[in-house]
Amino acid sequence: MHIVIVGLSHKTAPVEIRERLAFAPTAMQRPLRKLLELPPVAEGLIVSTCNRVELCAATKEPDLAMAAMRRFLAEYHEISPGEIDDHLYDYQGEAAIRHLFRVASSLDSMVLGEPQILGQIKTAYGYAAEFKTAGLILNRFLHKAFSVAKRVRTETAIASNAVSVSFAAVELARKIFDRIDNKAVMIIGAGEMCELAAKHFVTNGVSKVLVTNRTFERAEKLAAEFHGKAVPFEYFVDHLVEADIVLTSTGAPNFILGQRQMEEVLKRRKNRPMFLIDIAVPRDIDPKVNNLDNAYLYDVDDLQGVVQANLKERKKEASKAEAIVEQEIGQFHQWLANLEVKPTIIALRRKFEEIRQQELDKTFGNLKDLSSKDRKSIEAMANAIINKILHQPTTVLKQSQNDASGNDHVDAVRTLFDLPAPADDDKEIKPLGDPDQEE
Amino acid sequence: MTVNILLFKITLLIYFVATIFYLIGVISRKERFRQNAVYLLICGFIMHCITLAVRWFATGAIPVASLHESLSFFAWALVGIYLIFYLRYRTVMLGAFITPLALVLMIIGTTTSAQAPALNPMLDSWWFPVHVTLAFLGHAIFAIAAAAGIMYLLQERMLKSKKFSGLFYRLPSLDTLDSMNYKCLTFGFPLMTMGIISGAIWANSAWGGYWRWDPKETWALISWFLYAALLHGRLTVGWRGRRAAIFAIIGFGFLLFTFFGVNLFLSGEHSFRNFTGQ
Repeated sequence: MHIVIVGLSHKTAPVEIRERLAFAPTAMQRPLRKLLELPPVAEGLIVSTCNRVELCAATKEPDLAMAAMRRFLAEYHEISPGEIDDHLYDYQGEAAIRHLFRVASSLDSMVLGEPQILGQIKTAYGYAAEFKTAGLILNRFLHKAFSVAKRVRTETAIASNAVSVSFAAVELARKIFDRIDNKAVMIIGAGEMCELAAKHFVTNGVSKVLVTNRTFERAEKLAAEFHGKAVPFEYFVDHLVEADIVLTSTGAPNFILGQRQMEEVLKRRKNRPMFLIDIAVPRDIDPKVNNLDNAYLYDVDDLQGVVQANLKERKKEASKAEAIVEQEIGQFHQWLANLEVKPTIIALRRKFEEIRQQELDKTFGNLKDLSSKDRKSIEAMANAIINKILHQPTTVLKQSQNDASGNDHVDAVRTLFDLPAPADDDKEIKPLGDPDQEE
Repeated sequence: MTVNILLFKITLLIYFVATIFYLIGVISRKERFRQNAVYLLICGFIMHCITLAVRWFATGAIPVASLHESLSFFAWALVGIYLIFYLRYRTVMLGAFITPLALVLMIIGTTTSAQAPALNPMLDSWWFPVHVTLAFLGHAIFAIAAAAGIMYLLQERMLKSKKFSGLFYRLPSLDTLDSMNYKCLTFGFPLMTMGIISGAIWANSAWGGYWRWDPKETWALISWFLYAALLHGRLTVGWRGRRAAIFAIIGFGFLLFTFFGVNLFLSGEHSFRNFTGQ
């Protein structure tokens, strides 16, 4: 059995193509069934997100399967194959294993290390399991991919630094205040970005929210949303003393907060640090405020810069993650190679034949006066016994190819009858890591 | 005494390896090195405890009488206090400053005579070990404050300039560093004060005068005033952050000068030469 993948991603196809090839997440039964109906495909799985479509299959004839899957993608979405062929990639064997491991570990994502993709693959696998299009091999393969992704997440810092502006603001606040759950945020103005950032602060535990706006009603409305307090715009500077974190995005053409004012505020705060985030363009806060001790002023560009730095940091972590992926590929590949049910059945038969032959020779050696007719019927009887004994195990083994018990059965048969391993090397089948239990 | 010197050398070796691990851990992004550095340091500290205990047992006095002994004791206090801070704050980075400092003290220690000093009878007083122990514990705590101060300035610089190096991700938050500064001050200042007072009492019993204005006393007093000013500023005017960090660094500079500089450049009752009569 081989694993093959045909697909496209944000790296190979523009959104116009991706959206036409996407599968509706609510109606996966039909495409999964169709995929399984392709003659060379034994097991199938479809991952479809806004950034990628991946068809994954287990097959005996990888080349035929990949060609069929390409055609299937085009036919299913009623697009001419020529239109999408250049955007599709296909992988088989080790390359396919590597590809899915990397995708699950978010190494192939548009935003490196983003966590959603793992959940999306888990959902896709859920459908394949529900509609029984994933069997022994894909079950193992996907669970392995989940455990690789988990390892990458815990052993590298690939997902540890924020790559969105509003989350970067929260992380910066943590670098200044350590804890933000006992801090207060003041929102000045009511831009969308401002609200979003405020929401991030609130969900991360900020305890107190102050809102001010030129129109007091709007301030009150927003304050109600955050269970905060509205402050009249004329007096907002007085209330800055209470605020540790300030978010501004007013439409004011000039600075609404200057260096002098902030100096005064900081003095009244006994120099407790302040983190000011100026999302407005044109800016609301005089950039000179950043020169004051214990005041940290960030504008939109600064936050973007932080995001860029974080991304760079993630890229450095990615090489560690790639190494983990490489390690795990080998393990899974070996399992796959050892898997073969058919060679086990053949070896089992051969073993029984050997025993039969030995015992017949022994018996015939003792009973020299048997007629050839008697000999024939004894031989036939021995044959029949073997066939009868082997019938049930063979059927079970053949059936078990399609469900998760297959590997256990193969293991059991090999151990019970002391069969040689079918792969070139005599290594034992290594137990693979447990499918991860979290989430 | 040879057992003792062997133990001392083993301790030094472990500190050396720990320093290397810390430096690799800080420069590269290998977390494992930093974590192992902490374990190494703990091993080194245990070894150091044994070293001091053996020496104490052999000479019958707290090993702080010669320059060699006091350097070793200072390094021991430094590592011990850092490990206490590590338990509280889990800041591995602090060790990257403290461990090399302890190592340097130990290396200087090897260059000095490890001979047990023939104790000057003047030093044979109960106040002497109390004075020295308190002073060194205070010094060690202020060393932590200075290291936290350096980290604060680095971190603040990055937050202000918005240019982040890999260090940014590994340094603790400004608030943590500033609260370390405060913690150090609240523990270090009383220790230092008691160290000076016990020294004065001992001086009175040894020389018949509480204060003689010898250079070490003078410099210690200057450092004391500096820390007093910082504590006062923190408690009343709300000094914190950058200013507190700078004060802690300068203060420790004064302490180092009090310890080394006075011995090297100036002479007085505190010089070790006078202690041992060499």
